[in-house]
Amino acid sequence: MNIPVTLKYTKSHEWIRLEADGSLTVGITDVAQEMLGDLVFVGDVKVGETLSAGDTAGVVESVKAASDIYAPVDGEVTEFNAALDSAPESLNGAPYDNWIFKFKPSNAADVANLLDAAAYQAVATAG
Amino acid sequence: MSSVTSPLKRTPLYESHLLAHAKMVDFGGWEMPLNYGSQVDEHHQVRCHAGMFDVSHMLNVDIEGSNARAFLQVLVANNIDKLQVAGKALYSCMLNEAGGVIDDLIIYFLTESHFRIVVNAGTADKDVAWMKNIAATHNFNVTVAPRQDLAMIAIQGPNARAIVWHVWPHCQADTELLKPFSAFVAGDIMVARTGYTGEDGFEIVLPAVDAPAFWAALVAVGVAPVGLGARDTLRLEAGMNLYGNDMDETISPLNAGLAWTVDMKTERDFIGRQALIESDQQVSFFGLKLLERGVIRAHMKVVTSHGEGEVTSGTHSPTLGFSIAMARLPLAIVIGDTVEVDIRGKLMPAVVVKMPFVRHGKSLLS
Repeated sequence: MNIPVTLKYTKSHEWIRLEADGSLTVGITDVAQEMLGDLVFVGDVKVGETLSAGDTAGVVESVKAASDIYAPVDGEVTEFNAALDSAPESLNGAPYDNWIFKFKPSNAADVANLLDAAAYQAVATAG
Repeated sequence: MSSVTSPLKRTPLYESHLLAHAKMVDFGGWEMPLNYGSQVDEHHQVRCHAGMFDVSHMLNVDIEGSNARAFLQVLVANNIDKLQVAGKALYSCMLNEAGGVIDDLIIYFLTESHFRIVVNAGTADKDVAWMKNIAATHNFNVTVAPRQDLAMIAIQGPNARAIVWHVWPHCQADTELLKPFSAFVAGDIMVARTGYTGEDGFEIVLPAVDAPAFWAALVAVGVAPVGLGARDTLRLEAGMNLYGNDMDETISPLNAGLAWTVDMKTERDFIGRQALIESDQQVSFFGLKLLERGVIRAHMKVVTSHGEGEVTSGTHSPTLGFSIAMARLPLAIVIGDTVEVDIRGKLMPAVVVKMPFVRHGKSLLS
């Protein structure tokens, strides 16, 4: 199970990287891409919308099924990774090198409540 | 201790699947391979080269006796008199009295007193019970014998037949001239030029005990095993119905794009005929091509200028690179119309197309 210690996580299998300017970069974990199988569509990302933690921020679809992706904390979606339009499968090949959306948290302090690698590992192992 | 769920059934190739690191899932009570890694890679393998499927969960049922043909003429909706040459196969629906589809199946003509039916896994038990009941109540002199002792492996793709001849050189002479939808039979071996992918290839029936060695021989020459995931995208591209998705006991074959398999021209009184005459065709059954990015899924609503329809199967097409689907639509809808599919609350445009979408590796969409 590949879970980089430098990242933060959610129970819903998103990874989050805290950038120097306080913004967040969000993707899906190795566990998530493994569960979903071959990804064929990433989209409906709500750029410009203000969301609460746990709100649907977009969708990833594999050959098998559609799965929502969620806002990790309260805040605003600022950007979608348009490279995924033509290459959604890059999330299978390198899930931590390909982000889905960028996010501006309403309260910087909320980021501390996200799971660290050890806590996420426990979640992922429990299924 | 309170559990009443029966254990999943396993095919003779179960160990072979584990050896190939298959992701196993419950499919109609059978523990079957969903994929062996990438479902999309497996799909392309079949379209471009060859892949093999364990379809041993499907059941061979032998119908034997002096009344075999007469029995089948009552049992199924297609006309068994199309079967006059030994080895010829016929695709048909088996209907209930209400005209709903109990199962779709393939019937092979072996001899005048011996036909073989291959039925779906999930419906096998009820199919056999239905067949036995019809034989008994109509006083046909036939036996209905499920062949759990047989396994079935499908090898599909442009190079599939050549690979089988390479692995099994002794069968080349007997199968080289086989026409599509016909089979060569020798004892418990049956090599049929049939499949569920839209590619050339064989479906090979053999004794269960011999299946692992044959499978291993195919692996040894580089044939990729293909799971149920790719089987579904391949059959959908090929415009082939899936029982339980595209039709079931509540759906008439006329409303599932299967009118071509129903013989209404002759006077033959098969089960369900009267119901089909009375109900006629109520909806159209066509393909959909999504015009924007996204994926159509089964049961999504279709909005048209003539009323609503319903998606019965939908997926992302690995060959075409966009989403395709099968749908029941209002009768007034014709090929070329634009409709809208409700994809998670968003209406997205799709064009109504003729199926199949893909045949022999090539797109048939203009």
